[in-house]
Amino acid sequence: MNPSILVRNLTFAYQDRAVLHGVSLSVEKGEMAGILGPNGSGKTTFIKILSAVLSGQGEVTLNGRNIETYGRRELSKLIAVVPQESRINFPYTAAEIVLMGRAGHHGPFALEGKKDLDVARTSMESTDSLSFSNRYLHELSGGEKQRVLIARALAQEPEILLLDEPSAFLDLKHQLHVFELLRRLNRERGLTIVAALHDLNLAALFFPRLVMLREGKIYRDGSPGEVLTEKTIDEVYGIRVRVERDFSGEKPQLFICPSL
Amino acid sequence: MDPIKEVAVKVLDRRKMILVNGVLLALLALSVVGCALLGPVRLDLARAWQNIFAANSDAEILFRARLPRVLLGVAIGGGMAACGVVLQALLSNPLACPQMLGVSGGASLGGILGLIFFPNWLIPIAGGLLGEISWVPLAAFLGALLSMIFVYRFSLFHGRLHPYHLLLSGVIFNAFIAAVIMFLNSIVDFYQAQGLLFWLMGSLSTRAYLTVAFIWGYIVCGFLWLWAKGLSLNLITLGEEAAMQLGVETGTLQRQIFVASSLMIGAMVSVSGMIGFVGLMVPHVMRLIVGGDHRLLLPASFLAGGIFLCWADTLARVLLAPAELPVGIVTAFFGGPFFLYLLYREGGKKPAL
Repeated sequence: MNPSILVRNLTFAYQDRAVLHGVSLSVEKGEMAGILGPNGSGKTTFIKILSAVLSGQGEVTLNGRNIETYGRRELSKLIAVVPQESRINFPYTAAEIVLMGRAGHHGPFALEGKKDLDVARTSMESTDSLSFSNRYLHELSGGEKQRVLIARALAQEPEILLLDEPSAFLDLKHQLHVFELLRRLNRERGLTIVAALHDLNLAALFFPRLVMLREGKIYRDGSPGEVLTEKTIDEVYGIRVRVERDFSGEKPQLFICPSL
Repeated sequence: MDPIKEVAVKVLDRRKMILVNGVLLALLALSVVGCALLGPVRLDLARAWQNIFAANSDAEILFRARLPRVLLGVAIGGGMAACGVVLQALLSNPLACPQMLGVSGGASLGGILGLIFFPNWLIPIAGGLLGEISWVPLAAFLGALLSMIFVYRFSLFHGRLHPYHLLLSGVIFNAFIAAVIMFLNSIVDFYQAQGLLFWLMGSLSTRAYLTVAFIWGYIVCGFLWLWAKGLSLNLITLGEEAAMQLGVETGTLQRQIFVASSLMIGAMVSVSGMIGFVGLMVPHVMRLIVGGDHRLLLPASFLAGGIFLCWADTLARVLLAPAELPVGIVTAFFGGPFFLYLLYREGGKKPAL
């Protein structure tokens, strides 16, 4: 069977500044992979290329088909993206935003039908955002907004969910909620999840596979225990940490040693 | 039952579409009749209707002078409002309006050149049977087309139309054109300068049903075409990337919207000059009233724009009768304060845009 996402020798440059060089990666259906790396290591660019917002050199295939052969409408039913944050200054309610995830499913002239409403409702239920569905998006807190955007992505009924630092602007509790939600979606719906993450400890707790980028190349790829080592963190981020175990004793957790 | 199931998700449905558009359509019909009857001369509708083909001053005023003007006002008001809606979405800018796109400046310059060099040329239609049309609007439309190509060319980078560059090049192009027009205005003689100024201020006066019919057909086609893009317009207001990821071919959409609205604005300015404020204000007001979904916002703004300009022009005709005010003064005079009031009242609840 074809892997969900297959990237071969991907290279991308903004003008003359290279961001990704020769990245190759394969993600199976139902896998949950976290992309790690310092700022500027190419995480966001990688997510953008997987959602066809940017296109680089090299080959990207989704379900065995080259990404360039997909139309955007078709692609929106296969891949959904949750942005880091969304600046929406038009007056839309949360429900209207979630229903926009259905655009690829119903006709371009039609209003949303019962099926669309049902899917939107279930998506909002599973992200705990149904209770504020009729409020305007700009009235919501950062955590609530993020749940609405995840609900919108779910309303697309995708096979693959891409996230770009989904918890960047959230407090600890809401960060945890987002990660728990992702794990549940992965387990219950078999959703393939690829997320650019910057919190290494949360990534270690929730993502079975981590891919560490450094200067546009894959530096490590494996389980949290294999990727998050004192040596790797020093080489990639240039900081000294101590790696201990979490409460279960299985997952690595980092303790930062300030160089005072 | 799970309490969460009882949360009613309020979204745009067919009932709201029909209700809002139905009410506005009825108001528009009333406005057309009402405005055609209002004027410095009192009309007896019954008498106008009785001897419609006989020599009848009431019928003459109603059907030859007022009705075509009212109908033209509805088309221009609706078209300006619809273009305002799509430009605000396309450029993600609350201040975007039809005057901003560069085509309005090009059309004005074309019209001015027409007025200076061949003010009296007329083109007979069907051998003069259907009347004659002036060269001036055609020159204006040509100016609009040329400036559209120019602005388009300057906003296109790597095959993509950049909203930011579109906005900037449109504004700068218009500022440049304004200087050219002032220059021309200062080198022609006094009477010509007066004529140019009057043309620039915009007016809906017309007696030619041919012009009215043409502009109606043109605007309605353009509007329907834009309306069909309603859903994509919703998505593009989320930002270009989000729209792509939700299935919109954004590059194609941006080019299509730019060309369609430019063509509409060019034609409108050619016929009636630059009537301001409708395209900026009506979309905002309607967004506050009916919400941001373009599938409803676009037709609602079209109808409301028609109603608004229809009444504004009537006021322009009657306020200083028998003299006439430029209709742009009336639109700004009544539109501005009303808009500020709405903004003040609703400001806490929804974003202004």
